[in-house]
Amino acid sequence: MNFGLNDEQREIQATAREFLSARFTPEKVRELAEARAYDDAIWTEISRLGWPGIAVAEEDGGQGLGLIELVLIAEQSGYALAPTPLMSTWNAALFLAEGSDDQRARWLPGVASGETRAAAAFDGRTERAVVPDADGAAVLLLSAGEDSARVVDPSEATIEPLDLIDTTRRYFKVSADGGEEIPGDADDAANRACVALAAELTGVAARAMEMAVAYAKEREQFGRAIGAYQAVSHRCAQMLYDVEESRSLTYYAAWTAGAEPESLPLASSMAKARASDAARSVTAAALQVFGGIGFTWEHDLHFLLKRAWVSAELLGTARQHRDRVASLVGLD
Amino acid sequence: MDLTLTETEAAFRDEVRGWLEANNPGEEPRSGTGNWIEFATDWQRALHAGGWAGISWPAEYGGRGASLIEQAIFSEEMGRAKAPRPANLLGLVMGGPVVIAHGTTEQKERYLEPILSAEEIWCQGFSEPEAGSDLASLKTRAVKDDGGWRVTGQKVWTSFAQYSKWCMLVARTDPEAPKHKGLTYFLLDMEQDEVEVRPLRQITGEAEFNELFFEGAWIPDENVVGGVGNGWNVAITTLMNERAGLGASAALGLRIGLDELVEMINEAGLGGHPGVREHVAKLQIGIEALRLGALRTLTATMKTGIPGPEGSISKWEWADLNQDMTAFATDVLGIEGLAWGEEWSHRLLRSQANSIEGGTTDVLKNIVAERVLGLPRLR
Repeated sequence: MNFGLNDEQREIQATAREFLSARFTPEKVRELAEARAYDDAIWTEISRLGWPGIAVAEEDGGQGLGLIELVLIAEQSGYALAPTPLMSTWNAALFLAEGSDDQRARWLPGVASGETRAAAAFDGRTERAVVPDADGAAVLLLSAGEDSARVVDPSEATIEPLDLIDTTRRYFKVSADGGEEIPGDADDAANRACVALAAELTGVAARAMEMAVAYAKEREQFGRAIGAYQAVSHRCAQMLYDVEESRSLTYYAAWTAGAEPESLPLASSMAKARASDAARSVTAAALQVFGGIGFTWEHDLHFLLKRAWVSAELLGTARQHRDRVASLVGLD
Repeated sequence: MDLTLTETEAAFRDEVRGWLEANNPGEEPRSGTGNWIEFATDWQRALHAGGWAGISWPAEYGGRGASLIEQAIFSEEMGRAKAPRPANLLGLVMGGPVVIAHGTTEQKERYLEPILSAEEIWCQGFSEPEAGSDLASLKTRAVKDDGGWRVTGQKVWTSFAQYSKWCMLVARTDPEAPKHKGLTYFLLDMEQDEVEVRPLRQITGEAEFNELFFEGAWIPDENVVGGVGNGWNVAITTLMNERAGLGASAALGLRIGLDELVEMINEAGLGGHPGVREHVAKLQIGIEALRLGALRTLTATMKTGIPGPEGSISKWEWADLNQDMTAFATDVLGIEGLAWGEEWSHRLLRSQANSIEGGTTDVLKNIVAERVLGLPRLR
């Protein structure tokens, strides 16, 4: 029994942390968020690192690593609040991996290399589904009803922009008839996508916590650092409690995907529910620690808070996942 | 990352499980009842004979030098089998490890074997009426006398005192020294007239704990552990041992409770109620988070060798979860769930101590804030 990372995984984590913090400085994130844009040059670098295809099989042109490695990058991507199409790419790739030989051969090598942009629905709707990064995608993955998904040609879809409070990612509503059904296990792909998003949410929460704790150490009121007051320090302790629960459940879910797939449905719903709650409550608590400055546009915290709320809503809310958990633990 | 047991670990688990299947004596009599001590002593003798008493102790002292993982497996299996507590729980978990870490050769020879065999029961004299969370402010005095010490003062929340031969006593030996420095750790013989044990009735109606009164109780010099004035450091060792590895077995206890609860809910036809579903799922997620967090901590501790302050989060989670679960269960059961002496009403009442015993949740939050997050101390 060993619930830790191996050397290769630690290296992936460290590389992601370093690369993303160097590229996505707070100023850069703000610039992109205010422009609702991505940086193509950084995407090229990300593609060279092999991240789009990190969990795509080698025979499909990917790195052939597992969901654990993907989750480590996703967490760091949330931590950096990196405006990129990574999450949509991963989600699409997870569904494409369940595709027929033809579907996989046609799309996956390009998606894995970062050259072909793909996007996937982040809700179960068949009409007007929420699809981040749908514009400019060469292929769309949409729901085909309960437990099934389809590959859709974007030229046959109606794509409308969807302006949400989170501007660090680009959202769209997509409607399309037809498409080509994916023969594999769409449910499994959806579970994996939930774990990836839970990792992003964990990273968002961890970043907000770090910012709040650093501020609580330096901000002085009534003659001492506010972090010395228990009303503030206990709020910070609660943030760590939330972040660590979220992280434990997310890593565990990622592990089940490869090692114990029968546990993935329950594990992925637990992770997504917990991470959604954690990201929302920790970013809100961080704003409270910052006080008035945290409510200003000038401060960076609101970008995290907004991403937390939107990601919490995607791929099923905490409440929906808890309902699934209740069934999976045996409530009639 | 591999959350399955290795072959060796699985073999260890099977060995424990097989032994427990053959030897588990079943549910213990309610604590405080007259026959508990005989029952629990017999049980500990059986454990000792099987080589399962003090498994974390090094083999040279009669233990098995079990790794942290093996200790966690052992606790989990004990929980799964609903095996009762051994009579000398505190001797095994705290007394022995302290003597091994800080005791003299003579002390090791004198005390360790009778702890394992339950021939001598141990209790812990730390808390006082005016020294709870602020343990280092304790007032019980030990004054130097010819060849030993005379102790005067009061302790409280002392489990097993009525059965104990030895009390792990922390007393103030230097009232002039700063509060953490003037303390000494003693082994006090409970069998003397100068020690009085009074049961302390708690809100469940039982008396799991006692008050201790010392009126010039005698401790010979050779019963100092770890040196005069070093009591705080020695006491901290026992508290570390108390919290290490608690998480995994605590999560298992909760898991067993939640399984029962799910059955009760289904029997009551409440499984489709959205509020009930939401609450069950929150408990499920919390219990899994506790279990997994404990395993992460365990892995980290195996690497560093030192239990870190992160264990404080496990204790805090456990108290939250058990209180939430017992309150929810009594909601599900309705007024009958509050009948005196019923299983869940008893658990509900008992759980109210969970956020106090072994470190209050409020103090655990301070520990997390100061020692994990590095926030300034309020002084």
